[in-house]
Amino acid sequence: MAEMPKTEPASGGLDAYIDAASALLGIPLDPAWVAAVGANLTVLQGAAGLVAGFPLPDEAEPAPVFAA
Amino acid sequence: MTDPSTMHAADIAGSVRDGAISARLVVEAVLARIARVDTAVNAFTDVLPERALTRADAVDAARARGEALGPLAGVPFAVKNLIDIAGLPTRAGSKINRDLAPARRDGALVRRLEAAGAILVGGLNMGEYAYDFTGENVHDGATRNPHDLGRMSGGSSGGSGGAIGAGLVPLALGSDTNGSIRVPSAFCGCFGLKPTYGRLTRAGSFPFVGSLDHLGPMARSVTDLALSYDAMQGPDPDDPVATTRAPDPAMPSLDDGIGDLRIAMAGGYFARGGDNEAFMAVETLAASLGCGRRVEIPEAARARAAAYLITAAEGAALHLDRLRTRAADFDPAVRDRLIAGAMIPAPFVERAQRFRRWYRAAMLDLFREVDIILAPSTPCRAPKSGQVTFELDGVTLPVRANIGVFTQPISFIGLPVVAVPVRVDDGLPLGVQVIAAPWREDLALRVARHLERNGVVSAPHAIL
Repeated sequence: MAEMPKTEPASGGLDAYIDAASALLGIPLDPAWVAAVGANLTVLQGAAGLVAGFPLPDEAEPAPVFAA
Repeated sequence: MTDPSTMHAADIAGSVRDGAISARLVVEAVLARIARVDTAVNAFTDVLPERALTRADAVDAARARGEALGPLAGVPFAVKNLIDIAGLPTRAGSKINRDLAPARRDGALVRRLEAAGAILVGGLNMGEYAYDFTGENVHDGATRNPHDLGRMSGGSSGGSGGAIGAGLVPLALGSDTNGSIRVPSAFCGCFGLKPTYGRLTRAGSFPFVGSLDHLGPMARSVTDLALSYDAMQGPDPDDPVATTRAPDPAMPSLDDGIGDLRIAMAGGYFARGGDNEAFMAVETLAASLGCGRRVEIPEAARARAAAYLITAAEGAALHLDRLRTRAADFDPAVRDRLIAGAMIPAPFVERAQRFRRWYRAAMLDLFREVDIILAPSTPCRAPKSGQVTFELDGVTLPVRANIGVFTQPISFIGLPVVAVPVRVDDGLPLGVQVIAAPWREDLALRVARHLERNGVVSAPHAIL
């Protein structure tokens, strides 16, 4: 329950994605940080998969800032 | 006479108004206790004796002139250091923000509490940029759990929990994005109120995740929560999501009891994946409320996952420039999560926001059937300081990411919660969330007060 679902890294591994994304975002990345960033990205990928598994109608609007 | 340094806020205010005690005496006692005890707890990052004593003298002078004093007259309080304090840079637990110019005026809630007679005595430690559940901080050191100095205070409002649990101040402000008031309230054995999203202004505080950020009080009595909550309500054009609703005071109905309120325990997701003691705490409260009903909060695991994604993405967007220029100055654990958050593909986040709409509607449907839902605040008692993993339900999990499993699905749609401290044995305290429908803080506070009056929950300060 508590853990995000395990996901396999994206095809080709995440390192190439992280390299490209850090360049795109302008975030200089120390090579020593890549493994930890990749681990976090994998957890986020699992969370995204869990959310995506719930069917939503196309009409469902996002609620970025909402009246509670 | 009772030691004024550890009195409840309502008792201090009553005694100051009656002239039984001066505000100066209270503040001097609190400052002395902080000096003696906080070397062990490390809750405060800034103590403001000159400001506090000047303010205390002003309260005493107003009384001497026969002026009516406010409901928090002479009550010392402290705030998480992401809330502006005039004259100090708002560090938000970071090294980087110490280079900011000092705040030119106090945050809105500080001003509102002081307008009610309260007296700010300092700023409190916190996890860096509020991205934390542990109460640890690489720059300022960890706030230690006052009930067991070898354990975590919880975070990110760890200094707030530590200060209340140690009896350093009767009232503190924290912030809660995914559980940062409710987690330290549970670990440090205090009461905390995370109000409805938008209820209390956040103007003059350093943000984390705009669509999830709340500010709220922590205290050692439910009355003190309600008194301070009432003093802080009201619209504020300086916070774009602050409600325009008229204030809805909780004090008038606080002692009305539970009457015919429909109360249920959260089942399913909220009844597994934690230590037995966490669920025993919920059942203890339910039994005392005559509640045997369970309801299912729908899709709670997905709600937590969506909150996790939105937090990472919004937090990363907020800090992007700092990640570009000063990444090495972040706490490494925060930095690596934020960098990963910046790299999340946009459709993942948009999907989480669309799910949020569905989940909110489903929860509002559930609140047609019940008025109050009880759920654990945390899956376990306070872990040891520095602990990296824990075992829940036989599964080894990282501590940092999983302390908030039961709080995240609730704050995800801004529901109001009173976190109450529960002791099921002689061990450390646990916490239970008393959850209400949007804008019904009054009901959650009534239930908490009923439990407190019947001796089921209490928040004695640690003996230090």
